[in-house]
Amino acid sequence: MGEFKVHRVRFFDYMPSGIRALAFNRDIERIAVARMDGSVEVFHCSDRFFQEKIIPGREQCGIEGLSWVGERLFSAGLNGGITEYDLTNQKVKYTIDAYGGPIWTIAGNQQGTHLAVGCEDGTVKLFEVNEDKIQFERNLDRQKSRIISLSWHPSGSKIAAGMMDMIQIFNVETGHSVHRLLADRGVGTSRSKECVVWSVVYLSDGTIISGDSVGMVKLWDDQTGTLIKSHNVTKCDVLALSVSQNEDSLVAGTSEGTVVQFQFISMVLGKDDKEWVRTRTFKNHTHDIRAVAEITTAVVSGGMDAQLVVRPLLDKVEVRSAASALRKIHFPHRRLVSCARKSGLMLFQYPGHLELWRLGESEGKGSSLFVKRNPEKLLHLKVKGEDHIRCSAVSPCGEWIVYSTASKLRENTLHGLKHFLFLFFQISKLPMVLSSANQLCFSSDSSHLFSASAQSSVHIASLSQSGCKFVGTLKPKSGSHQAIHLLAASEDGKWLASANSDHEVHIYNLQTRKAHCTVPVYSSAVTAMGIHPTTNCLFMMYADQQMCEYSIEQKQYTDWSRTVQRKGLHRFWMERDTPCLNVMFNPQNPSHVILHDTYMLCIIDQSLPLPDDKTQFYNQLTLKSLPEEQRKSHSHAFKVCKTFKDILCVELMSDQSLVVVERPLEDVASQLPAPIKQKKFAT
Amino acid sequence: MVETSDIRVVRCGGSKVNLTPPIISSDSRYPFVLCTSGDLVKVYSTRTEEWLHSLQGHTNQVTGITLNPANHLQVYSCSVDGTVKLWDFIDGILIKTFVIGCPLFAIYVLSVIVLSECFQLVSVHLPKSAEQEVEAKEMSAVSSHISKNPSCTAFGRGGEYIAFARHLQLNVYFFRKQKTYSFSLKATDKKGAKNAFTCIACHPTDDCIATGHEDGKIRLWRNFIHKKEYTYSTQHWHHNAVNTLCFTPEGTHLLSGGIESVLVQWQYGAGNRKEFLPRLGGSILHISASSDGQLFCTSHSDNKITVIESSFKVCGVIQGLVKDAVLTDLMIDPRSKALVLNGKPGHLQFYSLLRDKHLYNLDIVQQEYIYEAGLDQFEVVKAAFDIKGSWLATVEERGKKSSDLEFFLKLWAFDERTQSFVLNTTITAAHTDRIISMCFSSSEETTMLVTAAEDSQFKAWCQGADADTQQDQNFWSCDFVGSYHKLNPTNCSFSADSSLLAVSFQEVITIWSPDTWEMLTTLCQPPGVIRDLCFGRLSCSKYLLGTTTKNLLCCWNLLTCELEWSTSVDVSKLQPDPFSENVAAFSYQSKHTDLFVFKPSEPRPLFTNKNVCSEKVHRAVFVPREEPLNSCDESTQWLNRSQLYFLTQNMDLLTFSTATEEDRMLSSSKQLVIDDSVAVTPFYLLLGKHRQQQQKLNTQSHPVSDKPQQTQGSVTIKELLHTPAHVLPAASVLCSMFVNSFLISNTGVQQDPLRYFVHIRLKSNGFSYSVMHLLSISLKFLNSFI
Repeated sequence: MGEFKVHRVRFFDYMPSGIRALAFNRDIERIAVARMDGSVEVFHCSDRFFQEKIIPGREQCGIEGLSWVGERLFSAGLNGGITEYDLTNQKVKYTIDAYGGPIWTIAGNQQGTHLAVGCEDGTVKLFEVNEDKIQFERNLDRQKSRIISLSWHPSGSKIAAGMMDMIQIFNVETGHSVHRLLADRGVGTSRSKECVVWSVVYLSDGTIISGDSVGMVKLWDDQTGTLIKSHNVTKCDVLALSVSQNEDSLVAGTSEGTVVQFQFISMVLGKDDKEWVRTRTFKNHTHDIRAVAEITTAVVSGGMDAQLVVRPLLDKVEVRSAASALRKIHFPHRRLVSCARKSGLMLFQYPGHLELWRLGESEGKGSSLFVKRNPEKLLHLKVKGEDHIRCSAVSPCGEWIVYSTASKLRENTLHGLKHFLFLFFQISKLPMVLSSANQLCFSSDSSHLFSASAQSSVHIASLSQSGCKFVGTLKPKSGSHQAIHLLAASEDGKWLASANSDHEVHIYNLQTRKAHCTVPVYSSAVTAMGIHPTTNCLFMMYADQQMCEYSIEQKQYTDWSRTVQRKGLHRFWMERDTPCLNVMFNPQNPSHVILHDTYMLCIIDQSLPLPDDKTQFYNQLTLKSLPEEQRKSHSHAFKVCKTFKDILCVELMSDQSLVVVERPLEDVASQLPAPIKQKKFAT
Repeated sequence: MVETSDIRVVRCGGSKVNLTPPIISSDSRYPFVLCTSGDLVKVYSTRTEEWLHSLQGHTNQVTGITLNPANHLQVYSCSVDGTVKLWDFIDGILIKTFVIGCPLFAIYVLSVIVLSECFQLVSVHLPKSAEQEVEAKEMSAVSSHISKNPSCTAFGRGGEYIAFARHLQLNVYFFRKQKTYSFSLKATDKKGAKNAFTCIACHPTDDCIATGHEDGKIRLWRNFIHKKEYTYSTQHWHHNAVNTLCFTPEGTHLLSGGIESVLVQWQYGAGNRKEFLPRLGGSILHISASSDGQLFCTSHSDNKITVIESSFKVCGVIQGLVKDAVLTDLMIDPRSKALVLNGKPGHLQFYSLLRDKHLYNLDIVQQEYIYEAGLDQFEVVKAAFDIKGSWLATVEERGKKSSDLEFFLKLWAFDERTQSFVLNTTITAAHTDRIISMCFSSSEETTMLVTAAEDSQFKAWCQGADADTQQDQNFWSCDFVGSYHKLNPTNCSFSADSSLLAVSFQEVITIWSPDTWEMLTTLCQPPGVIRDLCFGRLSCSKYLLGTTTKNLLCCWNLLTCELEWSTSVDVSKLQPDPFSENVAAFSYQSKHTDLFVFKPSEPRPLFTNKNVCSEKVHRAVFVPREEPLNSCDESTQWLNRSQLYFLTQNMDLLTFSTATEEDRMLSSSKQLVIDDSVAVTPFYLLLGKHRQQQQKLNTQSHPVSDKPQQTQGSVTIKELLHTPAHVLPAASVLCSMFVNSFLISNTGVQQDPLRYFVHIRLKSNGFSYSVMHLLSISLKFLNSFI
């Protein structure tokens, strides 16, 4: 199946940031994730949890809470401000200060009219949600200690607020406290420590459920203000609670890394006296779980170990399939590495800086080669200002580096500075209106830079020794204004394809600078695409593991693509749980398409027959054992290589060598802070 | 040739008490524990741990007992013999027998019984009828897919549904809806869970099923009327399979037990709050709770029942004969006539077969035993008593599998003061290799121990020969080392008068004189290594018997040093009776064991029993009878003075019982209810004397007229005496009744003083006298007045 020299790169020390908050929007089936570094990500729950949107964070911007109001997303953090996000263009819309010190929690009511935030100074502040902004309305009765957690009664008339050692119930109309529920402190030495009510949930039947630092999940009655039942869940803290929509199931995340499920079950079958009973325990995390969300068919949890775990609830799933399997999302569904194919350079994108490395050289033959020259770090480029990098690219010739941050002021800064081999310089001529770049891409001859911008438009800048010049803008004929998350330029410099988060793929003719055509919209998001260097066909991978090949010149799907659609893909291919992140073509063998996801590298030979469900999918070992003549009849189009694990990027260099950037999860785990020490059996 | 019909093999004594969950009787201040034991159901007192009586009537292994839900003083029992019997367990009376017709393996309340062969769960309608023996033919199958393990089936809330599990599937059958819900688990998962079900318990009031699993998890299932929305919570403490689960009657706690021998009490509905009661002995097999929740019973793998109070305090232990791993021979302690064999790990147990009672354990190894599989720990492998029972020799060893064999020879002296054996001498390197055989000399004067080991030597050990020791105590030391042509000895044996020692070296038997340590002669019978060796007794003491691996049984005449006779039979165990000339030989042939009893002098066997059992017999012992039978029948004569017990490979302890013996037992047991169950106390003697006097009186004075009154009076006495003391009404009630029984008959003047006197006594002592006292007082006066 062809041999490649592989650069196995493990010096990209990418550290995913811990998850701080989750918010699920049932109507649009999106889950928003806030990370420790202040970034906010939006995952599409029914599209195999594809990471649709990423809004990068800033330095010193800790998000403490997330809340959806309708289709609008708000966050609040310890800097004391409430932020609304522009999800179309994937950036911060505005931030207003709540003037109550650090904000610990934010909660919107179900009616979508108000937001409540809990502040350090002990106030619960109500904000009215207007058409385009939010407006401060009033404070509820001020308390002595900070407000840690908030929950609205589904009717919107009451708020339960978790504080130090107690829970207050407020009447929203009067703003006065109705009940004060005292949470017990722990026994023994922890008696002197305050009990922090980390999370409260207000149910429609008047039950208040709280999770606290003593490790208890307590059920309270809001009419009498009494404790109904308490469950000792853990020895450490219960940090997060979430209730299902029909209020028959509750999940609690603990700092031991376990998620405990409670269910509202009738104790005697067929009778109506229901009780909350502790049922299942899920242990998929190693560190504190900071946020849980019970979505329709699964429990989503995230915490300090930076992975988002989707644990399906099989009793709610109608059909068991690959879409309803346990899913752990470790890495972003975006490329963080770009390679200069012709000069052997790699650009690593960290949140706050960029690193440029030169690949090593090797000699000899065999399965592992002797490294003649070690890889070399050429450049460490820190971002100016507080904003984090949104996207970056290095030109194929290796002479240009471009990156974009999220902030308004600094967006669209291309740095240029003559230094050793590299050219760095500043683009200042770009008009402000064409500013923020969501995705960056160079043409294959490094003469042009494509920058995806607002309104699904793409700006073109021409690059030369003298500088960078804005050339023009490509705009789609029609369709949505969602931000573009993928760009692909053809080898001959004639075509450019762009994919946005509304699943639209537009193809532009670069010579005429006009929109050429639009690929028919598919229900799933495009995760990777590439234009074939010889046939100029656009090869697209979708989040649901489907693949399409679209002939740009003929404006239709190719025959091979239609065959794939007709025959369907192999079961094992469909059951993979990470999206394909890159599409490459082997110039020496035009029928080969190279794909990769987090766990494998795959070469599709379009000249071979497609496997059906009966054939063996991973057949390399079988083929090896067969004599030469029989191999042909047994081989099929998919050649999967699982030698590499936890792959962040695979790129085919122009000298026919492959660069595989791995980030082993063990390395990530070893850099995490120590988890809570637990006594394990027989230790 | 020999009539065998009047001798049959029975399970008698030392049976398993841990086969089924024990039952605690309810609603009495002093509850009983009922458990199955072989063909019997035994009733024990929880307070005194004494065996009160047994329910006798089944003709095969009893496999299940359950309280009658309609009457808590009655119990149902089922047996492999295909009958269900209803008993009044307090008085030990069989009320009814229901003949089902096929072997039964478990019984559950509500007349549902697990049936045999294909293991079906069958509901049996027990017909109401006044007759003693009823045939119950009305059966309906509930399920044919149940587990062989009876603890994998349980009834839920008020018998509305039944939950049963097999392998990886849990089924819940609702009787009213006649619908089965089944839930299955995966066999294993990535974390190495083993999910096979091992036991089930149902909550008494809530709809919650607790299941135990092979990897030690406990799952609590709820909402099981839904195909998909069922749910369970998992709790994990046990590191190995959960053997049993039991909810307390109120449903507030769940009890679980496994191989760890720790009783775990989980608080129901409070997650993982739990209490432990550790170090209970063998692994826990069953747990049961009394209906008031005050007492729990656990039965253990070492044939033991522990009674535990609800405050988690052990308040009683009922120990049966431990037969898990018998390495030593079966022996009889000459003093206590108790059976001695391996008991608890590292111990020897003394078990009285006559009273079917565990006497005590003797710690031989004196090291902590660790309950974990795969550890190489010391075990007692050999033990021997001398003829008077004042010395005990033991060999303990470890390292059976590995090459580094370690063993100790220990000698124990009987201490009259403490009435137990105390360690006298420990010999660390008695031989350089494993000890094969060991025996004491049988003479009364000097005690001598001979050990034969695989280092091709045999050693004689004597007491006090070591001059270095200055103390009064006499320690044992080596007296003589003997060997023969560097051959490995296989066996050693003393003659009955200890004048000769026979040591077999492979195929050669050497005869030694223990006085001079001179080799007298060698006997040789070419084919086969000598396996067993024994001298004849009494009139046959001139004979030496030996068995070889080549299936030969040889008899040498020691006077002529010639082979007297030999026969080709594969003898697996040769056991001489110490009280007669008889020798019992167990021979294993074509998958069953035959028994021959013969005298060495006579070629014709006294008794043969074909097909005693289907396994090989390697251990047997003659147990002396307390009082000899006087059967004249030739075939049963050999059982007159002693009884032959043998242990099969399945660790069943079996024995032979004769028809006369059974008749006697039956008659005595019938009498037992009326007469003999009272222990010989001073009061009993008094009563006996009185009765004799009365009988004399009756026969003398009013032989005819007094008879009905006499029986009436004695009925009251019997009722008083045969009801256990703790179930009797208050003494004041009994006394007047008891005294009245004496006073009805005659209208003479004599009774008045008695009545008067008793009243005075009662008044003066404020009714505080015990029944016994009152009775003795009244009787004394009665005697003096009559």
